[in-house]
Amino acid sequence: MDVTEQSSETTASARCTPMTMIQALRSAMDVMLERDSNVVVFGQDVGYFGGVFRCTEGLQKKYGQSRVFDAPISEGGIVGAAVGMGAYGLRAVVEIQFADYFYPASDQIVSEAARLRYRSVGDFTAPITIRMPCGGGIYGGQTHSQSPEAMFTHVCGLRTVMPSNPYDAKGLLIAAIECDDPVIFLEPKRLYNGPFDGHHDSPVIPWSQHRLGAVPEGYYTVALASASVLRPGSELTVLTYGTMVFVAEAAAAEAGIDAEIIDLRSIWPLDLETIVASVRKTGRCVVVHEATRTSGFGAELVALVQEHCFYQLEAPIERVTGWDTPYPHAQEWAYFPGPERVAAGFKRAMQG
Amino acid sequence: MTRHQALHLHVPEPTGRPGRETDFSYLRLSRAGKIRRPPVDTQALATRDLAYGLVRVLDDEGRALGPWASQIDPQLLRRGLAAMMKTRIFDARMLIAQRQKKMSFYMQCLGEEAIAIAHALALAPGDMCFPTYRQQGLLLVREDVDMVEMICQLLSNGRDPLKGRQLPVMYSYKRAGFFSISGNLATQFIQAVGWAMASAIKGDTRIASGWIGDGATAEADFDTALTFAHVYRAPVILNVVNNQWAISTFQGIAGGEGTTFAARGVGCGIASLRVDGNDFLAVHAASQWAAERARSNFGPTLIEWVTYRAGPHSSSDDPGKYRPADDWAHFPLGDPIARLKQHLIAIGAWSEKENEEAQRELEAQVAAAQKEAESHGTLADGHLRSAAEMFQDVYKELPEHLRRQRQELGV
Repeated sequence: MDVTEQSSETTASARCTPMTMIQALRSAMDVMLERDSNVVVFGQDVGYFGGVFRCTEGLQKKYGQSRVFDAPISEGGIVGAAVGMGAYGLRAVVEIQFADYFYPASDQIVSEAARLRYRSVGDFTAPITIRMPCGGGIYGGQTHSQSPEAMFTHVCGLRTVMPSNPYDAKGLLIAAIECDDPVIFLEPKRLYNGPFDGHHDSPVIPWSQHRLGAVPEGYYTVALASASVLRPGSELTVLTYGTMVFVAEAAAAEAGIDAEIIDLRSIWPLDLETIVASVRKTGRCVVVHEATRTSGFGAELVALVQEHCFYQLEAPIERVTGWDTPYPHAQEWAYFPGPERVAAGFKRAMQG
Repeated sequence: MTRHQALHLHVPEPTGRPGRETDFSYLRLSRAGKIRRPPVDTQALATRDLAYGLVRVLDDEGRALGPWASQIDPQLLRRGLAAMMKTRIFDARMLIAQRQKKMSFYMQCLGEEAIAIAHALALAPGDMCFPTYRQQGLLLVREDVDMVEMICQLLSNGRDPLKGRQLPVMYSYKRAGFFSISGNLATQFIQAVGWAMASAIKGDTRIASGWIGDGATAEADFDTALTFAHVYRAPVILNVVNNQWAISTFQGIAGGEGTTFAARGVGCGIASLRVDGNDFLAVHAASQWAAERARSNFGPTLIEWVTYRAGPHSSSDDPGKYRPADDWAHFPLGDPIARLKQHLIAIGAWSEKENEEAQRELEAQVAAAQKEAESHGTLADGHLRSAAEMFQDVYKELPEHLRRQRQELGV
């Protein structure tokens, strides 16, 4: 489905501006800080400085220190305080500086935010959004490159989202902030400044040259749990999200395969209908993600496709992922599942 | 070159064990009335002496002494006494019900009743407590929380407001200023600070009160809460209930040896008090002081309540295995109910006869509530909530995958 179909309030007159993903995320927070006085934004370095990736730049100046502020270096504290604020009635949008740093907040995310509604039968809720940059491709080494989405999808009560472009990033972030469930909002940092096709030696293409870099200035949402078909195709279904979306697109073009590329956008709960319809049509499926393979979210996708499309499958489902190693520093591009590895996966699926 | 002896590891050990009486001198008690009461806008660092002393109002004769002895309405004290008596009766009956397998589990607050009850009476409507599982007094002191409903939660029956999802005693009462009890330790402490920050962000007048036990202060969430409370000058009271025991582990293993838990607060820049938790008047006065400080935007207060966990940790615990059987009888701060009763009689506001009547009446009240609750079923008789409800409230709306799983279960 086309992304614009998901926009609930985008009108024909909405002015679009070229934005990077960083600007789009900032615009989403700006819109929500303006619309809802219960929205607050905090995290390490997000206040005066505006975030190490600049996503909150200017927001403190515009909305004041009591709504946009710096937090101590304590991920558990940031999320724990956000849960308490949620119980009060605020909507906290917090930043974990790198997804690699969320681990100290695990108890507050898994045992508290995710289950508060359930355990109190709705007496208290945690309508919080936890933003975290994820993924590699910036020479971040093993502590600034991880893609921990599967750790969140295994937790009942959480929503896990990962946009791949500025348009979706803004619409999904607004939807996440408005959502009454806790949302883990993973931002592929390699995509912050341009659509990355996996050819790391090529010059960066800015978002201003990509159709998905055109972003409406005001309020709109991209519905949670809705996938988008980035590229329609007939030969093969590619299930992917985040950093790997444009890599998959490049790999299909380079391999000359008419692949249908589905950008999940929301990893869990997910848009199973779009996935099943596509695989039933093409009969072939490749799952692509940057995270490590074993017990990765790809395993869940393979199982779901097998459960729902077994009799339509013409070949075994392929997985192309990061290796089951920590994300190395100097050998980053041997780790990253680039277009060559992805294309090889496509070819295996076509031959099977 | 200096020759060193081999290093050895220090593992704190309580002075008392089964068959060996506890030497409670480690508590370093102050005499009633001897600790000063600073103004509520005092600097955090200026409370250093208060974090190592022990605020006490009631002496051994039941007299209220010193600067923390405030003009308190005897009617309020009688209400507090009745609530403590009710809590003790409630706990005793529920423990028996657990032994009868009507509920899976129970936790008493025997010996600690004064803390939650006197504290609750010092808060204002709209304030929010983030309790542990041993502050049932916060609910039992209130007239707007139905005891029958509380017992239905304990029995996990058809009227359990938490639909059988939570262990007994893990109540949730937003309308009564009582945050949902997690069961994971310490998580609520930083959440209380976040709630208080929210009140300040919104320019409200409400304050939060967070609770933790001595054992759980070793969790990171404790230190995090202190840091956040100090950094943002949050309107929060940070209560550390030091009942000396975390299951079988004495407070020295949590970091209490040779120091106090209140002292942690001073180190973090938070005004801190160490208070006799079995002294109803001291608990009320200190709580009032901290609430006034928070509500006046002077920031957080950490209060260590020194008390003693007179019962087992839970219905699954046997303290006879790790501490002297008669330890509570030797605890120098005594029994909070007996001490308040003694004071009320001393000031002529209570009598043995009234006490006996109140005891009888409260026993009848609790028994009647239990009977009514049990008429809606118990865990033993299988009158539970429908299993279909298991799938609700995971998300605000039921997602497709849970709808399918509910169908798979056939409910």
